[in-house]
Amino acid sequence: MAQDKEKSIVPEEKNESKPQNSIKRRTLIKALAGIPVLGLFSYELFAKKKYDFDKKNRVLKDLGLQNLEAPYILKPSGKKGDLLRIGIVGFGARAVTHANGLGYMHPDDVEKRKKAGTLEDWLAQEDLNVAVTGICDVFDLHAENGLTTFRNPLRAGGAKTPDIPIKRYRTYQEMIDDKDIDAIMIATPDHHHAPITAAAAKAGKHIYCEKSIALHEDELNVAYDAVKNSGVVFQMGHQITQSVIFKQAKEIIKKDILGKITLIETTTNRNSADGAWIRDRDANGNPKPGDEKSIDWLQWLGSTPYVPFSTNRYYNWQKYFAYETGMIGQLFTHEFDAVNQLLRIGIPKTVVSSGGIYYWKDDRDMPDTLHCVFEYPDRDLTLLYTASLANSRPRGRVFMGRDASMELGNSISITADGESLKYKKQIEAGLIDPSGPMISFNPTSGKIDAVTSATEKYYAARGLTTTTINGREVDVTYLHIKEWIDCIRNGKTPSASMDKTFEEGIACIMAHKSYLEHRRVEWDPVNKKIV
Amino acid sequence: MKETKIFTTPQLTALVVLRFLIGWHILYEGFSKVLIPNWSSFGFLQESKWIFAGFAQFVLNHATVLHVVDFLNTWGLIAIGLGLIFGLFTRLASISGALLLLLYYLNNPPLIGLEYSVPTEGNYLVVSKTLIESVALVVLALFPTSNVFGLDMFVERFKNLRNNKKE
Repeated sequence: MAQDKEKSIVPEEKNESKPQNSIKRRTLIKALAGIPVLGLFSYELFAKKKYDFDKKNRVLKDLGLQNLEAPYILKPSGKKGDLLRIGIVGFGARAVTHANGLGYMHPDDVEKRKKAGTLEDWLAQEDLNVAVTGICDVFDLHAENGLTTFRNPLRAGGAKTPDIPIKRYRTYQEMIDDKDIDAIMIATPDHHHAPITAAAAKAGKHIYCEKSIALHEDELNVAYDAVKNSGVVFQMGHQITQSVIFKQAKEIIKKDILGKITLIETTTNRNSADGAWIRDRDANGNPKPGDEKSIDWLQWLGSTPYVPFSTNRYYNWQKYFAYETGMIGQLFTHEFDAVNQLLRIGIPKTVVSSGGIYYWKDDRDMPDTLHCVFEYPDRDLTLLYTASLANSRPRGRVFMGRDASMELGNSISITADGESLKYKKQIEAGLIDPSGPMISFNPTSGKIDAVTSATEKYYAARGLTTTTINGREVDVTYLHIKEWIDCIRNGKTPSASMDKTFEEGIACIMAHKSYLEHRRVEWDPVNKKIV
Repeated sequence: MKETKIFTTPQLTALVVLRFLIGWHILYEGFSKVLIPNWSSFGFLQESKWIFAGFAQFVLNHATVLHVVDFLNTWGLIAIGLGLIFGLFTRLASISGALLLLLYYLNNPPLIGLEYSVPTEGNYLVVSKTLIESVALVVLALFPTSNVFGLDMFVERFKNLRNNKKE
């Protein structure tokens, strides 16, 4: 160290003897020492970029996915057409989302959104040139909420609330008979869906109906015929397939990435009282409002057998088979539609259901553990639905093919099968690793990505993919309503059409019948009957 | 900034190498964010625990703020990395780098009881590599080398020239 000291560099001192503006060559070279370092950095940076790019492209090219279309930009409707006057039947929790989709919001929700910082996304939603001019609900409180919502002058997309008074109808028949209503949206309990749909179609009103369509085969047939004969535009409330993810999944299936698909597993995984449809108390444990004075109970019951009023029945109607078909109608309908939109499987040949009430042992009819097996021998395909209300382990929705599996949720993740012949070469070359996903798709980036690095694999496997903030979050219910309204104006058929709804309705009624009758039920395609 | 310290050659070499290495690392952290399409600090902020969790949540809830944070973070890292490698405005680069790294550390400190869903490549208890790198930058700020091995030499000369003229 002593010798080193002699070589010490004292910059200022050394230079002091020299004139300030003349720099020694040695000093200059030292000052520029960073340049070779940056040169080396740039070389490494480009090498790394090229390596990543080549690896990703080889996987995507091998799979024929490099030019995959990724439609994720929302196109404006353009021509709006005349003002569409909409009537709402049933203004509970679900209808609030409908109202938001139509560009209306309750003042309280506006405040909540402001605080959460999500109001901007909603305000950016395109104006659909619609006006809600009628509301019908058996519960005064809900009807009042609706009236307040639809009178709020603050609208999405800068829309003006037209100067048409909003009418409260006492019954849905009154609303349907009113010539000043062009279309209706149904968000009542399920036992009213088919009768209201049939009556509205006969009166020439366009219909947006929440799932499920029907509880019984007869009423489904009546509703189907009424819609088909009237030519009104019908849309079933299956908004989730509006996600760009589904458009991407369609491409993946079209490109045969998965190989022959023989098994599809759909699931429900819930583990809470709310998830098990126990909803008659508020967050503080107090009973929710409503009594026979403020609720028209007889109208609510409709054609179902008379039972005395209770808030349990009113708020937790999903538990009872008189008003719906349990998880089949509440949740499997969405699963069926997701699969039907992608593969158009139609009506199954046979269905077997089994399950029971193993955890939520209240007075419910609805099983909390349920499995339904739908067979499609003509398509060499089994569709499985397995549901639990007492365990929330995420089991996803998986399409299983000979060469790969696709898990389709909020994102897409495709994993090659270790025994795949199609990907044998790539697996052997180490390009595809069957122990983790090989392709992931993140809806917000609009891009398909080959998963090549270990970190990416980690993230993709857990759905922790990056979320972009380019473009605003768009509500899928809004997109679904928009599609319906665009179809009304253009005379086209929406994605969740009456034909698909009929297929879904039959599949669900078959599954429900199988559960009730403890037997395998079959579809007779000639006589169009469940046997 | 009057330079009076005397470094031995090994001391100076070690400090310059440390400066280059940290500069390289920070520069690549910045560039990697440019190269990843639609990169966002969203995931990192979502994981934020401890005293900055509230701040992180605020950023997440405001798309515009998140945009600004992403932009400043990416280009800030690149500017700091270039500053350290070129030895230009090195003290400013070192101190900003130290503060930025400290901010990262405070968002994800490996304290007992704080658990993260993203695994780390090492094992940390209270002290993490981020914290060490942050302190290393403080050291670099206190033991400057850029007026010999860096463009700050020219900055220094320019300043001296101006001061002399004034005198």
